[in-house]
Amino acid sequence: MVKRAQTSKSSPLFTQADWDFDTLRRTFDAIEDVARTDLDLEVYPNQIEIISSEQMLDAYSSIGMPLMYHHWSFGKHFLGHERLYRKGARGLAYEIVINSDPCISYCLEENTMPLQALVMAHAAFGHNHFFKSNHLFEQWTDAEGILDYLEYARRYIAGCEEVHGVGDVETILDAAHALMPFGVFRHRRPRQLSLQEAEEQRLERLAAAEENVYYLWRTIPNRTGSERERDAALQERKREMQLPEENLLYFLEQYSPILQSWQREILRIVRNVGQYFYPQKQTKVMNEGCACFVHYYILNTLYAQGQLTDGAMLEILHSHTNVLTQPDFDDPRFSGINPYALGFAMMQDIRRICEEPEEEDREWFPDIAGKGDWRNVLKHAWANYRDESFIQQFLSPTVMRRFRMFAISDESSDSFCTVTGIHNTQGYRHLRDVLARDHDISTQEPDIQIVDADLLGDRCLHLRTVRRNGIPLDTASKEATLKYVERLWGYKVEIAEANSTS
Amino acid sequence: MAHFVDRRLNPKDKSLSNRRRFLKRVRSQIKKAVEDAVRERGIADVDRAKNVTVPTEGVAEHTFKQASDEGWRERVFTGNKTFQAGDKVEKPPSGGAGGAGREGSPDGEGEDDFLFALTREEFLDFFFEDLELPDLVKQSLKEITKTHPRRAGYSTSGAPANINVARTMRNAFGRRIGLRRPKEKETDELLERITLLEQISVPTREQQEELIALRAKHDKLLRRRKVIAYIDPLDVRYNNFEQQPEPNANAVMFCLMDVSASMGAREKDLAKRFFMLLHLFLNRRYEKTDIVFIRHTHDASEVDEETFFYSPQTGGTMVSTALVMMKQVIDERYPPSEWNIYAAQASDGENFGGDSSKCATLLNEELMRICQYFAYVEIVGEDEAQLINSEASGMELWQSYRQVSDIWPNFAQKRVARISDIYPVFRELFARDPVGKSHG
Repeated sequence: MVKRAQTSKSSPLFTQADWDFDTLRRTFDAIEDVARTDLDLEVYPNQIEIISSEQMLDAYSSIGMPLMYHHWSFGKHFLGHERLYRKGARGLAYEIVINSDPCISYCLEENTMPLQALVMAHAAFGHNHFFKSNHLFEQWTDAEGILDYLEYARRYIAGCEEVHGVGDVETILDAAHALMPFGVFRHRRPRQLSLQEAEEQRLERLAAAEENVYYLWRTIPNRTGSERERDAALQERKREMQLPEENLLYFLEQYSPILQSWQREILRIVRNVGQYFYPQKQTKVMNEGCACFVHYYILNTLYAQGQLTDGAMLEILHSHTNVLTQPDFDDPRFSGINPYALGFAMMQDIRRICEEPEEEDREWFPDIAGKGDWRNVLKHAWANYRDESFIQQFLSPTVMRRFRMFAISDESSDSFCTVTGIHNTQGYRHLRDVLARDHDISTQEPDIQIVDADLLGDRCLHLRTVRRNGIPLDTASKEATLKYVERLWGYKVEIAEANSTS
Repeated sequence: MAHFVDRRLNPKDKSLSNRRRFLKRVRSQIKKAVEDAVRERGIADVDRAKNVTVPTEGVAEHTFKQASDEGWRERVFTGNKTFQAGDKVEKPPSGGAGGAGREGSPDGEGEDDFLFALTREEFLDFFFEDLELPDLVKQSLKEITKTHPRRAGYSTSGAPANINVARTMRNAFGRRIGLRRPKEKETDELLERITLLEQISVPTREQQEELIALRAKHDKLLRRRKVIAYIDPLDVRYNNFEQQPEPNANAVMFCLMDVSASMGAREKDLAKRFFMLLHLFLNRRYEKTDIVFIRHTHDASEVDEETFFYSPQTGGTMVSTALVMMKQVIDERYPPSEWNIYAAQASDGENFGGDSSKCATLLNEELMRICQYFAYVEIVGEDEAQLINSEASGMELWQSYRQVSDIWPNFAQKRVARISDIYPVFRELFARDPVGKSHG
C-alpha cells in the first residue's frame, strides 16, 4: 500500500458502500484521470453496463459475449454455473469485459462501491488498454466489427434453423464446436473483413463452393474424359488444397464434398468466433497481469490523493488479494499457477527492477535495470509479447523465489517424478524455460493436421498428429471427435499418430 | 468519459432457449431422475425443484485432447518446501500424474456426471408428461357447446371499439392515391403564388391571366379535396370475431380415501402419495378442475385439502359411505350434464362384511353412468405383493369391483404395494392412451 500523503488533497469520492450512477461517474472520471495522465494508457471508449446476477450467468454461458447464437451447450454451461452459484460453491465474476470498440464492461449490480471502483479500473482501463495495444489482438481480432459479426451470426443461424430445422443446424454446430480449437490459423493471418465485405464474400463463396462440389461430381466413373485427364485434374485440385492444413474447420468449409452452402457458412462462423478468442488464450497471464497492475496502481494513487477512504481501500485490497492468491502445490485449492498472481507479480517486479534494482537484476536485465522508466517498459511489454515470450523475457529470480517455484518432470511409465530444478542459481533458467513452455499454447493442445484427401480412391481424409514427448491423444475423445469430422467430410476419416523425432 | 448503461431491467433469461435445448437433449435421463424423486421424497416435497444428474454421454463436448496419463511432462509448481534438484518423488497411487490437486474437482462432482438443477416448473412438466384425464369431453355433451369469440379476419361493419386503425388507414391511403386527391402541399403552393401575384399593385396582362388561371385551379383542387375525403366510410375496417363452439371441459375430480384403523401408517402414506400426485397433476394441467376430497371410516365426510392430507382420523370401515357422499355432492353441486366427473379411490381393500356388494351396486347403478372415469387403487401389504400379478384373487372389495370393471370400460383398478409402484401405476391410470381402461 502506498503511504498516504500527509495532507489530503481532496475529499473522498465516496464514503458509502452503496453505489449510484453519479458516484460511479465521479469515480470513473477520477480513475480515468490517473489512467490517462499518469499511466498514459490507450483505451477504446468505455461503455459500462450494470447487470444483475441472472444476466451475469447468461453472459457466462454464452462465452462472455453479449449476443450469441443458440446452442444446447450454452444451456448446459448455464445450468452448471447456476447450480454452483445457487449453492454458494462459486461466486460470480465481478465483471466481464469484451474486446470490442467501444469496450463493454459488465459490472455486477451487487458489487459495493469500492468493488465497482476496482472493477472499473481493472476492466475499463487494464483490460481495455491491453486489448487495444497488444499486437496479437490488433492483428487477429476486429474489435470494431465483432458485435456486428455476432449479430450477423445469430441472425444467420436462426435463419438456418427456420429453413432447415433446429436439429440439422444443431448437428452441424455440434461438429463445428468439437473442432473449434482446430479452426484457427496459427501462422497465417486472416484478412479482416467488414460486415458488408463479409456478406458479399459469402455470396461469392456460395457460388464457388457449389462449383467445387460439382467438380468432385465430375470425377465419378462413367464420365467423359480419359482416366489420365481426370487424375491430372484431381492432382491439380489437391494442389489447390494446399495440404497439409492445420485449420480443420477452414479445410472442411472449403473442400468438404457433402456440405451445403449454409452448412459451410456455419462452419465459417464458428471458425471466426474461435479465431477471435485465440489471442485471449495466448495472453492470459499478461492480460490479467496488466489489468491487476493497472487497478492496483490507480487505486493506490487515488488512495494516496485522499480520494478513497481507508475502509474502501481495505475492501479493495481484500478482494485484490483474494483474486491474487497463489496456493502452494500441496494446498487443496491448488489448481496450477494462477495467471492473475503470476502476471501481477512479474509486472510489479519489472517496476521494482526499473526503480530499485539489485545486483542480480542488473545481471539478468541489463536493459531495464535502474532505468527508472517503468511505464514505458511495461507498455512495451504489453504491446509486443504473449505469455510464453513474456515469461521467457521477464521472469526474474526474485519472482521465482517468491513463488518458491520448482519444476517436476514426470514420465508416465516411471513410478516416481523427478525434481528437475528449484529456485536457486542453477535452477532459474531451467524453471523459466519450463514455465514459458507451459504457457505456450501450441504445447498444450495437440498438433493435428490434414495431410491427405484421397480423392482418387475412397475419398478417405487423412489426419496426422505428432505426439510431443510421447503424449498420445485421449482415446475416447479422439473417437468421438473423429465421428464429427466424418460427419462434416461425409466419408471415412483416419488419424495417424506419429512420434516426434526431436 | 464513459457511457453508463443500466441493463438490469433488460430481459433476463437470455439463455432460456439454450436451456430448453439442453433439457430436450437429456430428456430421457431427466425422466428417470424424476421417477426416482417420487420414490425417495417425503409427501410434502414431491414437487420441489430437483437436482438431476445425467451421465456425460450425450452431453459431453468432445474435442481432440491430449491423454492425461501417458507420455512425458514437465511442469512448474509453487510453494517448494524441501525439494532439491534431482529429488525423486513417489507418485501418488492413483493417477496423480504431475502432482496433487489436478484430478479432483472442487465440488466433489465426478468427471462422469453432469449435475444441474431443474426448476419446479420444469420438474413438474417432466413429471406429468403424456398424462391426461381420459375422455375429458363427455360423449353425450358434445353437441351442447359453449362458444368463444375468435379472430376471423376483418369486416366492413362492427362496433367502433373494434376498428382496425392500421387496416383502415391503409385502405384510405390507397384510395387517396388511386383517386389522386390533391395534397395539402399542392394547394398551399398555389395559394402562395396567388398571394404573391395579388400583391403586385400594377400587374401586367400576363400576370393577370396567370392569376385567374391559378385561382381557378386552386378552387378546383379545393373542391376535389372536399369531394375525396381523407378517410371515407368505405375505408373503415373492423376486427371481425366469430363465435366458435368450444366443447365443455368443466371437470371435477373426487378423491376418496379410506382412513380407517386397518389402514396403517404405511398404507396411508401410500394412499396419500397417490392423491398428492393426482392433486399436483390436476393443478398443473387443468386450471379449472375442481377437486373434492372425501375421506371415510365407517362414515364419510367431505374435507378440505389440508385435512385430507395431514389430519389423523381413524375408525371402522364402510366404503359405501364414501360413494354415497360422492353421489350426494354430485347431486348438490355438479350436475352431470354440465360436468365431466372423475373419481379416484384408495383403500386397503378391507371392508365391513356385505358392504362391498353394496358398493358394486352403487357404482353399477348410479355412479358409473355419470362418471367419465373411475380409478380404484388398492394398497396391499408388501408380503402380498405377488397379488398384484393375479387379478383373480383378492379381498371382497376387489372381487366386487372386478364385476364392476367387467361391465364398465371406464372403470380401472390397480394394486400398489411399494412406494416405487405408485408412479408407474399412476402413469398407467392416466396415460394419454389409457391402458388400464379396458381391462381394469
